[in-house]
Amino acid sequence: MIALLRRELLLAMRHPADTLAAVLFFLLVTALFPFGVGPAPEMLARLAPGALLAAALLAALLPLDRLFGAEAEDGSLDQLLLSGLSGIQITAVKAAGHWLTTGAPLLLATPIAGAMLNLPVAAWGVAVLALGLATLFLSFIGTAGAALTLGARRGGVLLPLLVLPLAIPAIIFGAAGIEAAASGLPARPFLLLLGALVAAALPLAPLAAGAALRAD
Amino acid sequence: MAVMRGERVVFAGLSFSVAAGEALLLTGPNGAGKSTLLRALAGLVPLAEGALLWEGMDALADRVAHAARLRYLAHAEALKPGLTVAENLRFWASRWGGDPSAALEAVALAPLAELPARMLSAGQKRRLALARLALAPCALWLLDEPSVGLDVASVARFGDLLARHRSAGGAVLAATHVPLPLPGARELRLDSQA
Repeated sequence: MIALLRRELLLAMRHPADTLAAVLFFLLVTALFPFGVGPAPEMLARLAPGALLAAALLAALLPLDRLFGAEAEDGSLDQLLLSGLSGIQITAVKAAGHWLTTGAPLLLATPIAGAMLNLPVAAWGVAVLALGLATLFLSFIGTAGAALTLGARRGGVLLPLLVLPLAIPAIIFGAAGIEAAASGLPARPFLLLLGALVAAALPLAPLAAGAALRAD
Repeated sequence: MAVMRGERVVFAGLSFSVAAGEALLLTGPNGAGKSTLLRALAGLVPLAEGALLWEGMDALADRVAHAARLRYLAHAEALKPGLTVAENLRFWASRWGGDPSAALEAVALAPLAELPARMLSAGQKRRLALARLALAPCALWLLDEPSVGLDVASVARFGDLLARHRSAGGAVLAATHVPLPLPGARELRLDSQA
């Protein structure tokens, strides 16, 4: 499994465009808000938590449909399924690799996006934590979605329709946590709820994704 | 055995066995189900009917254990163009064991080890895929038109690989349209169901 993760990271380093595209997409979407709602600082700060979460999840969704698609096209997926790794192990590594190559880089861009949305500096730490957990949640349920839609003719369209509704709880708790931190309230309960979502997705999503890969 | 794809029967009423060290050539027209049969034997396509037995036991009961017994060479080379030749092979060596540099030597790709796989020609890519077979010994090779794109010297080297595999007790099932360097191979002809 370590070798597979190392291969994922090596591939991401050789093709940095996917990671860069996700980060730039995230920054661009958050930069659009001030243009749309006007530069009033209070208004932006009010929008910031939800906008950050929605932009980050959409950005993390971008490379998901190639997660298994690229492997299936060049025949690597068949070989991976015959490599002595179970479907669960393969999909768990894929999800972890997706988070490390798209979710984690988004966290580095979070302060910039937060500044553009006039998010109080005091809430930046919580924003990074909330986005980290929310994107981790998305990486895992997204991997299950990618495995399910693999081979479907309009998989790229089907995938967001399948995954985004499932991500609603992550948006609610994540945005509530950032908002609490911005107004000086404890964000801990919301982050714990987000953590619980991640804890549920961590074993369940690879289970579903592994079964979907086998059934293809 | 029978395999269905959607509503279509790819093949049905098929029964055969392969012994250790033996070679079986799958022949037949395009679309007769040669590739599907190989994928079914690898456990990648479900059987609609029948059973796949390994030494008398259901082979697909433990898919991970079944996968460890075989190597499958498909049409797709399963190479990552961004990785070098050696990096591509090193990953599979970490799964299956074996020495990547010796395997590259066996297909005469050692001088190109540090080249990105995207720079390889079609024949060289095929040789790199063959190098996966040379990594570590295993009981069964499932080969789907293994000699496509190979030059004469490469086919001869591939013959050496096959001979070494069979003398170590390995079995070979190969789908092919052209003669392969497999002396004493039996032939199983699949006829089109269409």
